[in-house]
Amino acid sequence: MKSNETVNGPDGDQDVKDTSRRNFLKQSSLLTAVALTPGTAVKAAVMHVDEKIAAVFEKMPLKMEVNGKPQKLSVEPRSTLLDILREQLDLTGTKKGCDHGQCGACTVHVDGRRVNSCLTLGIMMSGKKITTIEGLANSDQLHPMQEAFIKHDGFQCGYCTPGQIMSAVACIREGHAGSEHEIREYMSGNICRCGAYPNIVNAIQEVKDGGQTV
Amino acid sequence: MKKEINLNMPSSSEGMSRIDGRLKVTGAAKYSAEYTVEGLTYGVLVGSTITKGTITAIDTKAAERAPGVIAVITHVNAIKVPGFQSEAGKPSAVRAQLKVFDDNKIVYNGQPVAVVIANTYERALYGASLVKTQYSKEQHETSLNASIGKGFPPHGDGLYKRGIQDAWKSAPYKVEQEYIVPTDTHNPMELHAIIAKWEADDKVTVWDKTQGVKATQHDIAQLFNIPVDNVQVNSKFVGGAFGSALRTWPHEVVALIAAKMVKRPVKLVLSRADMFTSVGHRPYTWQKIGIGATADGKLTGITHEAYGQTSTFENFTEGPVGVSQGLYACPNVNTKYNLVALNIGTPTWMRGPGEATGAFALESALDELSYLLKIDPIELRLRNYAETDPESGKPFSSKFLNEAYQMGADHIGWAERKPEPGTLKKDGLLVGYGIGCGMFGAYRSGATIKAKMTADGILLLQTAVSDIGPGTGTAMVLIAAEQMGIPAGNIRFENGASDLPQAPTQGGSATTASVGSAVHYACIELKEKFQKLTGNDSPKAIDYAQVLKQHNLPLLEVTTKSTAGDDRDKYAMNSWSVHFVKVLVNAATGVVKIDKVASVADSGHIISPKTARSQVVGGAIGGIGMALMEEAVMDHRYGRYINNNFADYHVAVNADIPQIDAQFVNKPDPYINPMGAKGMAEIALIGMAAAVANAVYNATGKRVRELPITPDKVMA
Repeated sequence: MKSNETVNGPDGDQDVKDTSRRNFLKQSSLLTAVALTPGTAVKAAVMHVDEKIAAVFEKMPLKMEVNGKPQKLSVEPRSTLLDILREQLDLTGTKKGCDHGQCGACTVHVDGRRVNSCLTLGIMMSGKKITTIEGLANSDQLHPMQEAFIKHDGFQCGYCTPGQIMSAVACIREGHAGSEHEIREYMSGNICRCGAYPNIVNAIQEVKDGGQTV
Repeated sequence: MKKEINLNMPSSSEGMSRIDGRLKVTGAAKYSAEYTVEGLTYGVLVGSTITKGTITAIDTKAAERAPGVIAVITHVNAIKVPGFQSEAGKPSAVRAQLKVFDDNKIVYNGQPVAVVIANTYERALYGASLVKTQYSKEQHETSLNASIGKGFPPHGDGLYKRGIQDAWKSAPYKVEQEYIVPTDTHNPMELHAIIAKWEADDKVTVWDKTQGVKATQHDIAQLFNIPVDNVQVNSKFVGGAFGSALRTWPHEVVALIAAKMVKRPVKLVLSRADMFTSVGHRPYTWQKIGIGATADGKLTGITHEAYGQTSTFENFTEGPVGVSQGLYACPNVNTKYNLVALNIGTPTWMRGPGEATGAFALESALDELSYLLKIDPIELRLRNYAETDPESGKPFSSKFLNEAYQMGADHIGWAERKPEPGTLKKDGLLVGYGIGCGMFGAYRSGATIKAKMTADGILLLQTAVSDIGPGTGTAMVLIAAEQMGIPAGNIRFENGASDLPQAPTQGGSATTASVGSAVHYACIELKEKFQKLTGNDSPKAIDYAQVLKQHNLPLLEVTTKSTAGDDRDKYAMNSWSVHFVKVLVNAATGVVKIDKVASVADSGHIISPKTARSQVVGGAIGGIGMALMEEAVMDHRYGRYINNNFADYHVAVNADIPQIDAQFVNKPDPYINPMGAKGMAEIALIGMAAAVANAVYNATGKRVRELPITPDKVMA
């Protein structure tokens, strides 16, 4: 991103250290052309020229495991885990509700812990195991929490639901589902605008009391 | 197969589960932004940083040069939207809306001034940060209180009167108070989103968050002057809306303009901050109520004034004063409703709409009167119970609100309530009980269902209607299962696309009554078709698959339209609700904790107990948010919301909410539709804010007349 600014931006960042990457970019006649004429820049974008350049200079390799499957990706350092899941891996079950870590709709498990994927840069996930809502069921066999959400109607529109379920599973695993009060407290990072909270609590209690492995 | 369900108070696990539950819990349900479209590009909006004025210059060069940026579109280079150019003969929805990118005028903060289109979301977002806009500022007006002198009636004189004007003034017992409902925002969890793809110059497909695919289809056709049938609108899953997706908004037009210009599909997802400015809100409304009664609690007069926000380019109207006209038997009522045009985005109906705003004022004022009269608030309501419609004199199609009072009172433990405020304590906290009622018209409009039975015994129901979360599909399947005498598991429901048969926009608590009636009659017609084949009109269950096989038919289908009957002329039709709340208030901090809620709906026959219960629970929780925490705070110096995110705009979270008891009178309405079902989405919220405010008063003796009831106001 810094390199982009140096090459293309009017407000070139003075703090950017002169790196070999930047030197190369400066020397690239193709890129100079892209930088100088907006018309060409537009054309370059359409031709995916900058995409190819970015693939080399702006993107970083990322290896992570998603829902048990190894993924080898090339991502921009600024891309969030949420956008990588939704836009690159077509795992749209993980939802964008605020992009600021304020609503919990994007909750996934990273090495078994619940995390707001919108506040997590993809490149931080190197070597990590990610579980999204799509990876929670055992093929056709729903996870007990998914069953309980259906049974207790723990949702209406369904948009916060994947995040609620990922949080709910973690809530039990963390040992924070000891009472109705405790569940409410530890599920308060996941907003539900339809107002399914009591049903969500009922679903979590049922799974907790059922003693199934989550 | 039928299990006994307590239809007066089902538990969260009783009744049939949602037909789309599995899709929603596995992440397989696809919302508008989640479709894979070949060649997709991403749009990010740039919003105005001033509130009124003109754009004098807009520098897009840096953005255009940024990697991956395909185009930067502003009023300077945008194509002209035909619907914005000639206004003759266009419906008002198209005529009056913000003509986005059409000129350099700024009329509200956050108004789109540019959209950056790039090949990835990140690049579009970065590009948007590079657009530099210069403005010539003018003095904006955003404060309703400051501009209230400029109020105007939206239609006619904005006045209503029956009996004597201001009769409350001569009553022996009277209350006159002002009440304020601030700007609340719908903020459904799903960000408004659209993918626009032009298939040809005059043909477009959109995946769009909308409560009405047919309405959106017509708007787009009008805006771009193309045939209606050339517009395909898909909205299979809608992640909540509460009214915010009842109309076409500027960002949808922006996506359509952009996709046409770059000749590639464009995905545009609003940011959470955009959701505060760009897709409507519950308008800030100032109200004044004068209410008077005789010593034995008979209401003699109500005067209700309301001034609500609108934008400078559209008149948004709703019904805050309607509750005062129709909720109680009062001989003398006069109301006044005015709008104040401000430099804000146009408001729109938010769950319960104006009735929720009005009910907060009326039900608070009635509570104040009850203390003055020293009459129990339930008793006061019973003494003024309307047996017939006070406005028209017509009989009600059905009304069992008095039974609802009793059910809720028993459940909340009303007998524990102390008539003297601030006298009941538990574990060092002040305890209070409050009541608030709601009413909303029980509407029904035309809808068409295509019902197709195939040889595998599967019944497919098709209609365009959106399902924003109430469980429309589930209710429709239950209606069909009952009529056809087949298991619900053998019925599929397909909806949310404009090429399906006509259905109304999902709103105003009318979907079950409208679309449900069409399902009901379609099933009857389909059954008759089978009976004709078999020559057997005995009422015993037909084996549909068997009949089709015997006659060597792949399927039988009907397309059935249902419209409201003329019973509407003879009866006044409403749904009613009553909410009971028990609060605990910390006298040292002013923090209000909801301890118990009993919400009772008189909404006719309950078709789908599980989803109906959730709808009432959800409405109550929305009402608690409205009562205790929701307020979009504007800094009037800049005309900008300062809490435009979920950290600062508080909505109820799990820790704020106890178990909520949803109850149903569950008595069918004999006239409204063949199922006897009335709407419940709005009444689930209407009256709740007053119930909380009244409970806070009962607990503390502190009357808060301006929402939300935050600790500072309780302590003041």
